[in-house]
Amino acid sequence: MSAFTIPIPPSPRPWVLPDRGKVAMAALIIAESAIFTIFVVAYLFYIGKSLTGPAPREVLETPVFSTICLLSSSLTLHVAGKFLERGKQSAFLGLWLLTFILGGVFLFGTGLEWHRLIHEKGLTISTNLFGTTYYSLVGLHAFHLTAGLLMLLAVLIFGLTGRVNQDQTGRVGVLSMYWHFVDAVWVVVFTVVYLVGR
Amino acid sequence: MQGYLIASSTNILAPASTPARTIFGLSLFVLGITALIFVVVAGLMVYSVVKFRARATDAAREPAQVCGSTQIELAWTVIPALIVAVLFLATARVIHAIQDTPKPAAALDVIVVGHQFWWEFRYPKLGIVTANELHIPASDRARPTPTFLKLTSADTDHSFWVPELGGKTDLIPNRVNQMWLDPPRPGIYLGQCAQYCGTQHAKMLLRVVVERPADFGAWVSAQQQAAIQDARVSAGKRVFETNVCINCHAVSGTAADGRFGPDLGHLMSRATLASGAAENTPSNLRLWIQTPDAIKPGSLMPAMKLSDADLDAVTAYLETLR
Amino acid sequence: MSTNASAIENIQGIGRPWMEVLHEWVTTVDHKGLGLLYILYALSYLVIGGFEALIIRAQLMHAHNHLVSPQVFNRMFTMHGTTMIFFVAMPMLFGFANYLVPLMIGARDMAFPRLNAFSFWLTALGGGLLYFSFLGGNGLYGAGTAPDVGWWAYAPLPAKAFSPGHSSDYWTIALLVSGLGSVGTAINILTTVLCMRCPGMHLGRMPLLVWLNLVMSGMVLIAVTPLTAAQVMLLVDRYLGGHFFDTQAGGSATLWMHFFWIFGHPEVYILILPAFAFVSEIVPVYSRKPIFGYPVMVGATVFIGFVSMSVWAHHMFTVGMNSYANSFFTITSMVVGIPTGIKIFNWIGTMWGGRIRFKTPMLFCLGFLFQFLVAGLTGIMLASSPFDWQLGNSYFVVAHFHYVIVGGLLFAIFAAFYYWYPKFTGRMLSEQLGKVHFWLFLIGFHATFDVMHIPGILGMPRRIYTYEPGRGWDTLNLIVTIGAVIQAAAILVFVCNLAVSYWKGANAGKDPWDAWTLEWSATSPPPAYNFATIPVVASRRPLWDLKHPEDPDSRYE
Repeated sequence: MSAFTIPIPPSPRPWVLPDRGKVAMAALIIAESAIFTIFVVAYLFYIGKSLTGPAPREVLETPVFSTICLLSSSLTLHVAGKFLERGKQSAFLGLWLLTFILGGVFLFGTGLEWHRLIHEKGLTISTNLFGTTYYSLVGLHAFHLTAGLLMLLAVLIFGLTGRVNQDQTGRVGVLSMYWHFVDAVWVVVFTVVYLVGR
Repeated sequence: MQGYLIASSTNILAPASTPARTIFGLSLFVLGITALIFVVVAGLMVYSVVKFRARATDAAREPAQVCGSTQIELAWTVIPALIVAVLFLATARVIHAIQDTPKPAAALDVIVVGHQFWWEFRYPKLGIVTANELHIPASDRARPTPTFLKLTSADTDHSFWVPELGGKTDLIPNRVNQMWLDPPRPGIYLGQCAQYCGTQHAKMLLRVVVERPADFGAWVSAQQQAAIQDARVSAGKRVFETNVCINCHAVSGTAADGRFGPDLGHLMSRATLASGAAENTPSNLRLWIQTPDAIKPGSLMPAMKLSDADLDAVTAYLETLR
Repeated sequence: MSTNASAIENIQGIGRPWMEVLHEWVTTVDHKGLGLLYILYALSYLVIGGFEALIIRAQLMHAHNHLVSPQVFNRMFTMHGTTMIFFVAMPMLFGFANYLVPLMIGARDMAFPRLNAFSFWLTALGGGLLYFSFLGGNGLYGAGTAPDVGWWAYAPLPAKAFSPGHSSDYWTIALLVSGLGSVGTAINILTTVLCMRCPGMHLGRMPLLVWLNLVMSGMVLIAVTPLTAAQVMLLVDRYLGGHFFDTQAGGSATLWMHFFWIFGHPEVYILILPAFAFVSEIVPVYSRKPIFGYPVMVGATVFIGFVSMSVWAHHMFTVGMNSYANSFFTITSMVVGIPTGIKIFNWIGTMWGGRIRFKTPMLFCLGFLFQFLVAGLTGIMLASSPFDWQLGNSYFVVAHFHYVIVGGLLFAIFAAFYYWYPKFTGRMLSEQLGKVHFWLFLIGFHATFDVMHIPGILGMPRRIYTYEPGRGWDTLNLIVTIGAVIQAAAILVFVCNLAVSYWKGANAGKDPWDAWTLEWSATSPPPAYNFATIPVVASRRPLWDLKHPEDPDSRYE
């Protein structure tokens, strides 16, 4: 009653629409990018404008190891997804666990650096403009990474209980988009904080 | 100040200084073009509404289903684009003329510092600090002596706006802005803070006193004198110096050198109190000291809660600061 | 008709325990239920925000008025602005988008119904937090204060030093929370439009309302998030001792202005695009012609979306940017006028050669067209930066943006109410009351906002709780205040109309306006699943094709 069909025959082509999850995640990533852009702009704007020390070059140490860990986690996640697509669940779970560990190592690295900065160098979020912008930007990234880790963990638990199979490739793919995004953001943050900012 | 033409309006269509006049010229041009657009487009609207209204005599059939026309679309894209180009060029010329004017050597420098809720004016080359009433010399066309203002703020954002003399410029902490004025006619020009700055934004009034060069010179030398020391009001001076007045206010030659409030060294040379909120009369001054909220509720001047005798004494003392 | 009547009874919850009805409303994830919740929520805040406006106008009625204290006045304009933008305009438009977009694209719900509910309740929480500040701003013992920093809260005014207590925190968190809700809804609308269209509804066949809401959602993603980021920074400053906007520690006040207006200006287009959307649906139906220049309308919308991202600093012409920056933002701001002008011409083109029926929705659309034209032209004046040095932050600007938001947006929203109310409730709104509402509101609007331009030209700055006599502002302000009262009376008529027609209105049937988009093929109100079978479309006006099988649009597109 409430619907009708136009008298014209529908076109022979099948009606294909994009995947909801992917589109929504892409939209979320666009929105998140805008948030990060604002924080990056604030960081760049305030470089060298602190009225008191410490300055970045006095206290920052380039986190090479954790950066390598985080970037390689994107690779392991990608390969894990490929395995799931082909139905190799144990290989998928192994690489997924590795991704989780690599991400965890990175987060731990950030924690260590903050501990060192706060307790040894006396730099807190209220020390100067550098402290404010540094902890906010790196902290915002760490917050997103933590959210990503929790989601990885959820998939891991589902996987260990045997609930993740080929049918979930799409959903796992959506989560991977988020993780790759968090990695890409780190490339920007790393460049801004450790290369440009010094 | 008597004898001058007192401009009682703040009308932007009555420009009295080059920046205001240049803007006024641009305004007329922009108004003309927009008025023309208005007449044409509103005319089209009215015509189509009247002409194409449904009539009882209409046949039951729907009208012709026209979906669009490339030529017409093109026309009403290109024509507005051309109008925008013209408006932009006219605007850019004026922006350049006002913002990029070089400062002549004869220009007077004034530093304007915005405070909640009053104006501080410093004349760095003349060694004068005053408040709320900006004195500047009239600028002769032949020998221009414009006034160049450097504007900043001690607390929140403010905006310097004297409509008849020029557009507004914001006073922002941690930042120095610049603007200039060159009114040829002596007179008093009114304005007020145009950027919301807190509770008493409304009574952060402003007046610019434009004087003939000779009068301005006299005002400058009077302001450069140290504050008058009158033995007859020493009781009041003692009240002033032993109360918190001196934390915020300055009077040269006394212990008072606070910077939160206006310099009082030549208080009586000003026509108004509390940034234009009240006329500078002894009774208003007394009221302002005792209960500022009666004149300007929410101002940062605290109620002094003095005894009647102390209040009379300190008022008498301040009355001597010419 | 009997199915229709029972559908009406169903939505009115007749004969069921009220707790059950309430529970259903609170837990609903149906796009129509949430759409109506958004709309009702926005309507109640419209009344509250309007009441605040009346307090402002009563205070400004004459010079040196002592009706309210400066503190109260400052809170009133802060709350009025914040409420109207974030808790009236945004939820109202999201409400209509929620209700209409799935119906218009032949879908059964939004892409993510539970995210939809979550977003609504976040927005609702935001409004609650903002108004809780009246109690909690200073703590209960301090009698409480609402925020008084202005709706754009220029730094350093909301810093701890100038805004002690918690009133600014409530403002910040309210905007943060409702901003997250907006982003959620935007993601949802965008995904719905891209992924849920019925067969045959490719992008070039979507109704313009859907297109405009798609662009609007894209803009929300990019424009609302900077505000969210800036609010987070403000919270870091206020709670963790950060220095982002702390001018004593080298922080920059202008950075806040940039961040705010990077949100603030696109926001204006986020609000006005849905207004365009309503007008683009309603004008064709009452002119009995398809929209003129559909592809151009879509192109102009997308162009507005992009250009409006690069005009923000025209709100900052007086902060001392150099002449090149001022010139840049002048040209970009003027360029936005071109696609906007194209839209106005296309609406006129739609009416041209039509047979215009002057029902209430069309009257409001005509009001919109006229007022939006004026608002656009005063906008051109303000875009000319030297002119803005005089007019900026004066009552001229206040008149200008109320012309956009009230004369444009609110008129379009009223049009949308009269047009879609039959679909929402199954009952017609009263035409008589509608016409009274229209004329009363039109008179009040022009009395208020035409006159309000003049004190601006005479040098009256905005946000002052009182003013000096003798500057020629008194009489003008009195007229403005009288106009505001007339508008309030008109709103009262409107609310009465909504209430009375809900119970007594004529039965609407499926398609009272003889319209052409898919929502009119469902019953009024539509069933929970919208369409028993998913429709298939072959043109932009599927119901036209159905009604005119001898001359369908699909033959030409």
